[in-house]
Amino acid sequence: MSQYEIKEHDVLVIGAGGAGLRAAIEASSLGVNVGLVCKSLLGKAHTVMAEGGVAAALANVDAQDGWQTHFRDTMNGGKMLNNWRMAQLHAQEAPERVKELERWGAVFDRTKDGKILQRAFGGHTWKRLCHVGDRTGLEMIRTLQDRGVHQGIEVYMECTITKLFKDGDRICGAFGYYREDGRYILFKAKAIVLATGGVGKSFTVTSNSWEYTGDGHALAYDTGADLIDMEFVQFHPTGMVWPPGVRGILVTEGVRGEGGILRNSLGERFMFKYLPEATKNDYAANEEEAIKWTNAAVAGEKTDARRPPELSTRDNVARAIYTEVKEGRGSPHGGVFLDISYQDSERVKKKLPSMYHQFKDLADVDITAGPMEVGPTMHYIMGGVRVEADTCMTRVPGLFAAGECSGGMHGANRLGGNSLSDLIVFGQRAGAGAASYVKNLTGHPEIDKGQIEEAIEEMEAPFKRSEGVNPYDVAKELNKVMSTYVGIFREEGDLKTGVAKLEELKEMAKKAKATGSKSYNPGWHLCRDLHNMMICSEAIARSALSRKESRGAHSRLDYPNTEAEWSTCNTAVERSEGGMKLEHTPLPEMPSELKELFKKKEPSHA
Amino acid sequence: MPEASTRTATLKVYRGDREKGEFKTYKVPVEAGMVVLDAIHYIQQNFDPELAVRWNCKAAKCGSCSGEVNGMPSLMCKTRMDKFRPDEEIMVQPIKTFPIIKDLVTDVSWNYEVNKRITPFTPAEDANWTFYQEDIDRVQEFRKCIECFLCQNVCHVLRDHDRKDTFMGPRFMVRTAGLEMHPLDEADRLKFLKEEGHIGYCNITKCCTEVCPEDIHITDNAIIPLKERVVDEFYDPIGKFIRGVLGVDKKKAKK
Ligand SMILES: Cc1cc2nc3c(=O)[nH]c(=O)nc-3n(C[C@H](O)[C@H](O)[C@H](O)COP(=O)(O)OP(=O)(O)OC[C@H]3O[C@@H](n4cnc5c(N)ncnc54)[C@H](O)[C@@H]3O)c2cc1C
Ligand code: SF4
Ligand code: SF4
Ligand code: FES
Repeated sequence: MSQYEIKEHDVLVIGAGGAGLRAAIEASSLGVNVGLVCKSLLGKAHTVMAEGGVAAALANVDAQDGWQTHFRDTMNGGKMLNNWRMAQLHAQEAPERVKELERWGAVFDRTKDGKILQRAFGGHTWKRLCHVGDRTGLEMIRTLQDRGVHQGIEVYMECTITKLFKDGDRICGAFGYYREDGRYILFKAKAIVLATGGVGKSFTVTSNSWEYTGDGHALAYDTGADLIDMEFVQFHPTGMVWPPGVRGILVTEGVRGEGGILRNSLGERFMFKYLPEATKNDYAANEEEAIKWTNAAVAGEKTDARRPPELSTRDNVARAIYTEVKEGRGSPHGGVFLDISYQDSERVKKKLPSMYHQFKDLADVDITAGPMEVGPTMHYIMGGVRVEADTCMTRVPGLFAAGECSGGMHGANRLGGNSLSDLIVFGQRAGAGAASYVKNLTGHPEIDKGQIEEAIEEMEAPFKRSEGVNPYDVAKELNKVMSTYVGIFREEGDLKTGVAKLEELKEMAKKAKATGSKSYNPGWHLCRDLHNMMICSEAIARSALSRKESRGAHSRLDYPNTEAEWSTCNTAVERSEGGMKLEHTPLPEMPSELKELFKKKEPSHA
Repeated sequence: MPEASTRTATLKVYRGDREKGEFKTYKVPVEAGMVVLDAIHYIQQNFDPELAVRWNCKAAKCGSCSGEVNGMPSLMCKTRMDKFRPDEEIMVQPIKTFPIIKDLVTDVSWNYEVNKRITPFTPAEDANWTFYQEDIDRVQEFRKCIECFLCQNVCHVLRDHDRKDTFMGPRFMVRTAGLEMHPLDEADRLKFLKEEGHIGYCNITKCCTEVCPEDIHITDNAIIPLKERVVDEFYDPIGKFIRGVLGVDKKKAKK
């Protein structure tokens, strides 16, 4: 039997993006011993790619802002399916968490009077996104990384966790391998925080990297936690569409926040047509009003003009673009045009430097001189591990989750900028929750030998298959199935086909084989990742099939309306003897003082 | 513009580890706008699932995919295939200054150790957090660094003389400069720069600046001003005394 190294920590944090780093910093500052594991090098997690900003109602630019409005925007954006308590904590605590980043050395862009500058983003009533040009995530991860490193957290880089262990019903450890040479490692831990990010690699066109194979979702599911809201997959409206190699790479919403205009091949500013009745009054009525808003925003002045229709929520803009293209009004490469070139080119380069370079270097397009071509790309998953709002603990004692891998915070659709703030608010809470759990723990949970051997066996198996399939072929098939049958627009027939095909693929995935040595072998790694991708894909497809309405990011052609009876339940999946079990569980009910916030309608313009 | 293409490119990719290795030849179909990293992925998916490479963002934002393409240190996700002549062989190899783990992946952990030794951001307890864009333009330039370590890779002090035992390298001078020039930072890293980071080893060849994918003016904006501060601090006692008497704060004076 293979050897493994053993490490022991009070709290093991899996994932070193914003959520994981913030959790590790918090737990360690509370005096418990912390280990931090990540699949890539430190500082390379998805958080580094975040562009547009972090949402927090600091009210530095629009003085009217406050947590109540942020809370209301978040719930409205999530089509009221959010866990209200998470949305409340998030709105209340985000400002303090952002200021804390500044005190730890983050250097945000400034307002004229020397405060953190904030920009407009889709679905946010006021200018709310604190940012550093279009590289906010880099600033955030570097700040947290340096803070963490100097706090004595032990970091295990390029190490992948494949299994969690329980003693009875309590968490007691985790198992993984080093990518470098495939050696195994066993972590004894009293509490574990999952902060592994999302699931995008199951789709063909995505803004997500190889890391996004839904590991945390699957680890939690395999350990007895439940996943909620998995049908809600966010397609970001603006990904690059050309050339083929960059298809899916994100074009930040910041472009629209700075005044970017969407047009179809006829030159129409089509978003005016797609504003839902309910929120129509929050947006400019015509081009003239939209231009007035943009001019004021650029000049840093107040205006009573309402914001442009391009700043509608992501689900809405993505559907609009999809429809324009489908109806034959798309751009040459199957997208639409996004134009910021009418603005002063120096300003564009200053506010959106990485977009400028991204298009220039990868697509030969100068965004200060002409429009970009953009189309929807799979970007984010709202669904995730169900947690208790205040502590981030799952229903498995000792298992916590924060960031993109957790569910509930964003409901049926996430607003841009609300992820980075989610990471620091709930990263902090998960770290505190785990530390306090450890301090109150009695007894010493132990890992069962048999479970370790099983974990090793699972990793060795792909090498033992003489007949088998190339894991990349399975991944490609999976991408095809998810993109074809479980995409932006869904209907029963497609979803059923999707579920059936996933069953076949599950069998195929079990045959994925690895060749060569264990030293830095991506093919071997993918064999294991497929297991996680299959769980998440099945959860998405089954949840989507079960929700017979359209809400937020979940659009059913056969059930186009949002139905009141579906507004009170979450879809939840869990592992059971007979396979994946699906239930509709009641949504926690908002207390009446918060309900009040949705009654009086403030005039909203920014 | 013809968009479908049947052109194939010839790549020679380093396969092996620290001890031994060879360049293997692969033929890869070229699509419009393709980058070298796409070609590497094509090989991985179709010919050789074991081929090791680091990447994350595929958009020059994470600094994972550093390599040497036809001898040029670069991000593979930013190096376009149409940069090369159709008949040109494309040699892809790992960055030279760090030990090879496998194929295109190197052991860059040394960099993380250096970073740990730099005194972190240290504001005053009672700092006033109002500061202006013009106070931080320079610091923001340094904070654009994506830690691709290409500058570390080309610096001759590390590459040819292998002075990792003593020299911190351009990346960490950029990092130190970002901290030293932060308007609210109070720590003093000059002694560290001189005695542990050995900033004096840098003889301003500017090779680091040339390869930086983030266009950070490493030498002009970070290293030279730091060198000046070190000189003022350690080799100009009179100037230092006068500034002390006049009560000119070191940081404010330099801004
Ligand atoms: C291009 C892009 C731009 C974005 N822009 C914005 C924006 O402007 N504003 C905003 O709010 N949001 C934005 N988002 C979304 C946001 O960046 C992500 O949702 C967020 O960063 C996720 O953070 P996280 O901490 O949950 O996970 P990540 O930052 O993805 O980190 C996950 C970590 O888990 C590790 N991990 C995963 N599986 C394992 C395993 N099995 N074992 C060990 N480690 C593991 C990974 O290595 C990594 O360290 C953007 C996303 C993308 C892709
Ligand atoms: S300028 Fe200095 S740090 Fe940069 S490559 Fe030359 S010697 Fe190295
Ligand atoms: S300074 Fe430039 S070259 Fe050096 S690591 Fe940072 S981004 Fe790379
Ligand atoms: S993959 Fe991120 S820089 Fe190349």
